[in-house]
Amino acid sequence: MADHILLRHRDIPDLDQLEVYLEHGGFEAFKQAVTGMTPQEVIDVVKASGLRGRGGAGFPAGVKWGFLAPGVFPRYVVANADESEPGTFKDREILERNPYQFLEGVAICSYAAQANTAYVYCRGEFWDLAHELEHKIDALHEAGLLGEGIFSTDYSLKIHIHLGAGAYICGEETALLDSMEGKLGQPRLRPPFPAAQGLFAKPTVVNNVETLTNLPPILNRGADWYRSIGTEKSAGPKVFCLSGCVARPGNYELPLGTPFRQLIFEHGGGIPGGRSIKAILPAGASAPLLPATDEVLDTPMDYESVPKIGSQLGSASIIVIDETVNIAWLVHKTTRFFEHESCGKCTPCREGTYWMHHLLQRIERGEADLEDIDLLEAVARGMQGKCLCALGEFAIMPVISGIQHFRADFEARVRNGR
Amino acid sequence: MTKSLVTLTIDGIEVSVPEGTLIVDAAKKVGIDIPVFCYHPKLHPVGMCRMCLVEIGRPARDRSTGEPIFDEDGQQVIHFGPNLETSCTTPVGEGWVIRVNSEKAREGRKQIVEYLLTSHPLDCPICDKGGECPLQNLTMEHGPGTSRFLFDEKIDLDKHVPLGELIFLDRERCIQCARCVRFQEEVVDDPVLGFTNRGRRLEIITSSDPGFDSYFSGNTTDICPVGALTTADFRFGARPWELNRAASICPHCPVGCNLTLNTRREARAEGRDVIKRVMPRQNEHVNEIWICDKGRFAHHFASSIERLTKPMVRVNGDLVQVGWDEALVRATEGLKDALGRSKGGLVGIAGGRASNEDLYVFRRFIEGLDGHTVLDDNLAGGDLTREMGVGRGTDLGQIGPGDVILVIASDLHEEAPIWWLRLKQAVERGAELIVANARATRLDRYAAHIIRYPYRRAVQTALGLLHAVTKRADLSPFVGDKSLQKVAKLFMKAENAIIFYGREGLDYKASEALAQACASLLTSTDHVGRANNGLIAVWPRVNTQGAWDMGLQPIPSGLGEILEQASAVYVMASDPVADDASLETLLREDTFLVVQELFMTPTAELADVVFPARSFIEREGTYTSGEHRVQRFYPAVLPLGGTKSDWRIVTSLANAMGIELNFPSAAAVMLAIAESVPNYSDLTYQALTIAESQWPHVGGESLYFGGNAFKNSQGLGVQVGPAAEPGEPSEVALTMPVEESEEDGLLLVPITRLYDRGTTVLPSKVLHPRLERLHIELNPKDASHLGVIDGAQVEFRMNGKRFQLPARLVATVPEGIALMPRSLGVSVVNPIPVQISSVE
Repeated sequence: MADHILLRHRDIPDLDQLEVYLEHGGFEAFKQAVTGMTPQEVIDVVKASGLRGRGGAGFPAGVKWGFLAPGVFPRYVVANADESEPGTFKDREILERNPYQFLEGVAICSYAAQANTAYVYCRGEFWDLAHELEHKIDALHEAGLLGEGIFSTDYSLKIHIHLGAGAYICGEETALLDSMEGKLGQPRLRPPFPAAQGLFAKPTVVNNVETLTNLPPILNRGADWYRSIGTEKSAGPKVFCLSGCVARPGNYELPLGTPFRQLIFEHGGGIPGGRSIKAILPAGASAPLLPATDEVLDTPMDYESVPKIGSQLGSASIIVIDETVNIAWLVHKTTRFFEHESCGKCTPCREGTYWMHHLLQRIERGEADLEDIDLLEAVARGMQGKCLCALGEFAIMPVISGIQHFRADFEARVRNGR
Repeated sequence: MTKSLVTLTIDGIEVSVPEGTLIVDAAKKVGIDIPVFCYHPKLHPVGMCRMCLVEIGRPARDRSTGEPIFDEDGQQVIHFGPNLETSCTTPVGEGWVIRVNSEKAREGRKQIVEYLLTSHPLDCPICDKGGECPLQNLTMEHGPGTSRFLFDEKIDLDKHVPLGELIFLDRERCIQCARCVRFQEEVVDDPVLGFTNRGRRLEIITSSDPGFDSYFSGNTTDICPVGALTTADFRFGARPWELNRAASICPHCPVGCNLTLNTRREARAEGRDVIKRVMPRQNEHVNEIWICDKGRFAHHFASSIERLTKPMVRVNGDLVQVGWDEALVRATEGLKDALGRSKGGLVGIAGGRASNEDLYVFRRFIEGLDGHTVLDDNLAGGDLTREMGVGRGTDLGQIGPGDVILVIASDLHEEAPIWWLRLKQAVERGAELIVANARATRLDRYAAHIIRYPYRRAVQTALGLLHAVTKRADLSPFVGDKSLQKVAKLFMKAENAIIFYGREGLDYKASEALAQACASLLTSTDHVGRANNGLIAVWPRVNTQGAWDMGLQPIPSGLGEILEQASAVYVMASDPVADDASLETLLREDTFLVVQELFMTPTAELADVVFPARSFIEREGTYTSGEHRVQRFYPAVLPLGGTKSDWRIVTSLANAMGIELNFPSAAAVMLAIAESVPNYSDLTYQALTIAESQWPHVGGESLYFGGNAFKNSQGLGVQVGPAAEPGEPSEVALTMPVEESEEDGLLLVPITRLYDRGTTVLPSKVLHPRLERLHIELNPKDASHLGVIDGAQVEFRMNGKRFQLPARLVATVPEGIALMPRSLGVSVVNPIPVQISSVE
């Protein structure tokens, strides 16, 4: 794609400078919304565009906003910049290089939600980035694009940065809200959903950075234009984070529905060293891994097609695994990650990830029996559908799919150790 | 507010429950135990432990029309989701079908138990909870027989973490259910516990200094579903199955919390039965399933080795132990001799910690000898609470929207913690609370209105309120400001109204005037003579109300005058000399003094005859709570040595002196009480043992939420109503306050702290780190004028004696005031001006 929609900084130098961003039509969309549209009209456009949440769940953004408890104020908008899925690094590039388009998206979302306060929840490791963003927000205030009486209307908006402390679980929207309230970051019981009772028990929209960055172009160029990109049900561009055993890892902005093969081989330059591709993790560590068959490689990367072949698109962090990688080793890595990141609130995730990690350690150390592979799978399946939030459900996906597709790798580890 | 009923089917049983009921509770109502760990009916559900997983089927509906779908047989189609769901967080729905014991649900719960056990140390053989442990029980019922987890891979964590001096945490046993954390936050609003870290390293910590700083901390050990939290008092003390249990009533304050005393024969006590622990016994009308830490831990006085076990008589100036017969003869002769002399007569002094039975026979005995009975207490108004106390059927747990409660001149958090808790909860349900006191107290944070008056102006404030209601011309000098008018309006439109009055900053006469003003406020707003309305005194003792009801009352001018004229004094369950050292000389002279006591108190030391009395754990009897609930307590252990119940000592002596007082048992005394005390007319011991079923179900036999509170099978007590009938407001005589001239210096005001150093508290060593230390509290401004810094020594003279003690600077102490907590070593009976100076 020559003309980027989300990664516009790749086409326009110094887009992270406000004057450059304004020169290129920056904040026209926000102005149009505030001065010429009702909040409901903005919601309707976003609904019509088919924009789906880019944080992983793919829930239609406009529909989510429509769930806001009517008549309850104040409301809040929270931008989820707790980007911490292994292999995901798209929000970071947007925040670093194209911050104003993101902030304009936050502003548009806030107007649509009738919120006068928005927060950007940055993962703790983004502390320097958070510092930069504060300067950007100051610049917007100075330019009169934030604050009281924006565009001479009675709409006012303030955006605050909130820094997390380095917990993966705080990317889960209710844990994020608890963390923002100063509590231990643990997911809340749902319902109530944030749209009904979110931050400080007030109606709250929580959207991912990339989702919000889509809003200015949607308002500028219309829902129909947006729908012309991507597939019927998965509209628009997507930043795919390509990493792993691939020649040119990085972010690639492509229409949703681009096949895996095109991303990995055309854009990513294929597998280095003439090795062959073995498997794909299509959504970081949080989805079943897929054996790299032709069927899989030819599958369009969108929210409908990937589930059909047994996985999820999630945040579209595609990790490529080549033939040199033992899947048991890989699953050990993902499980160690989830064991470390499990918040501990619910029993199956707290204990299950701990147990799976132990079993995989044993397998990795060559101290396991073949029965331990079955036990590992049983522990994982025992967690299935019982956890309080998605983390525990994600943790078992690489385990179950790994054993399902690559049992031989586990058995090899067990045998070689004996 | 009635909620509509929802009908659903649980394991084939149809049940109708109010809308909003959780599935887990609905199942319990039809006898189906869904196992839980994190859920507790007294806490908000969180769905953390995932133990209560069930299959939930909902009636299928057509997506476009929303109409229910029926199959070919005309049966409504029920749609079951792919996943099990938590029954503790899901309210019931109409037509739902719940499968609790399907294979899928049982398999799911079995898996949860297996996960829980992967981290559990399995040290049941040395665990205090072993035998009454929900995890143990649910493992037997729902868990797998064997674990697939390697024991060696268990995580090792600290096993003896003191969260404070009273509660210990075993981190290995903790299953992170957060019941303790939530109890502290939601129920008692002492959010001093929390989690830190995450995953398997998730850990309970305390954030207060001192650790776990809460008067209710012991309750967390009851609701802990494993042996993670244990009390310093009981841990490693006994196995639950070795314990016997007896129903009892807490003797420490007028709330009358229901207790279960767990006892065991103990080698260390020479084979005697001793109390191993004090547990709450469910009474939803009184204390629900909670007790304060004083009630839980301050029981050791009853088993103290300092207890008197033999009668004593004075021989050549010294008290020597003798047998009962000799002691009775000496007492009889002494009394006869003293009463035969021309000077004065007999004075009987009794305290509010004696039971109704004791006090009744005491009055009969003293009056039989033409003596005069005196209740040793300095709070007035028992006659008013008898007439205008809360009506039958009063339950603070039912106070809610539209109801008003006024608390005046009392610090309930320190004086009666469970009342404090019940009022906090009433506010949460929607009641409006008015707190009137001369200083800030912990109840203020729940108050809709706070009335702050200067010490010595409590009566004027109450009269001002009365004026706002009645516009009585004679009360115009007390007209208050707008806020008082607002409060008055609240009272006038309140559905129900209750007034709690105390004695802070008041002498006896002022407390009488305050009680009158409060009673008058209630009668003039039609808030007497029915349930959830009336006057409650925050009595200093458990049975002060009972003492008034039995016909005893204090002497407004104090004991000095009457003792000066007495030739014989008989003291039961009271220690007047400790409170007022000036009485010592009066009793030392040629007065014949008989004392029945637990300990060798300062008063007993002056006695001519001392009878050893039984403590509340060794005998039966009844106490009447501040809410007029008469409740029975039972013998828990064999009596100590040669002790006798107070009432029996009195009847023995009475009979020896020719006064007919023959009662074969405490129950028989109650029959006599029922005959002569109007409000008690339908009382029998049998009536006091009736225990209707209560919600939520608690107790060891229920797997349900597995708290350790005891089910109440020995009686909820009977509320004895006041004499006043609704609709006929009786005129309350008012005493107009006398303006007191301002004196130089600071006004020394005695206040109550829960953990004092009285004789019933001090023997409990477990509480020692938490006991209040002798000190005086000053406002920082006053202190600065006096040149006193925090912790510095100050001195003052009172009643001709010099006292020196450390000062504590507290911002909530009003200027011009010095606060002196009671029972710490310096006795201040009434507020008194003193000159305080710093000690160089």
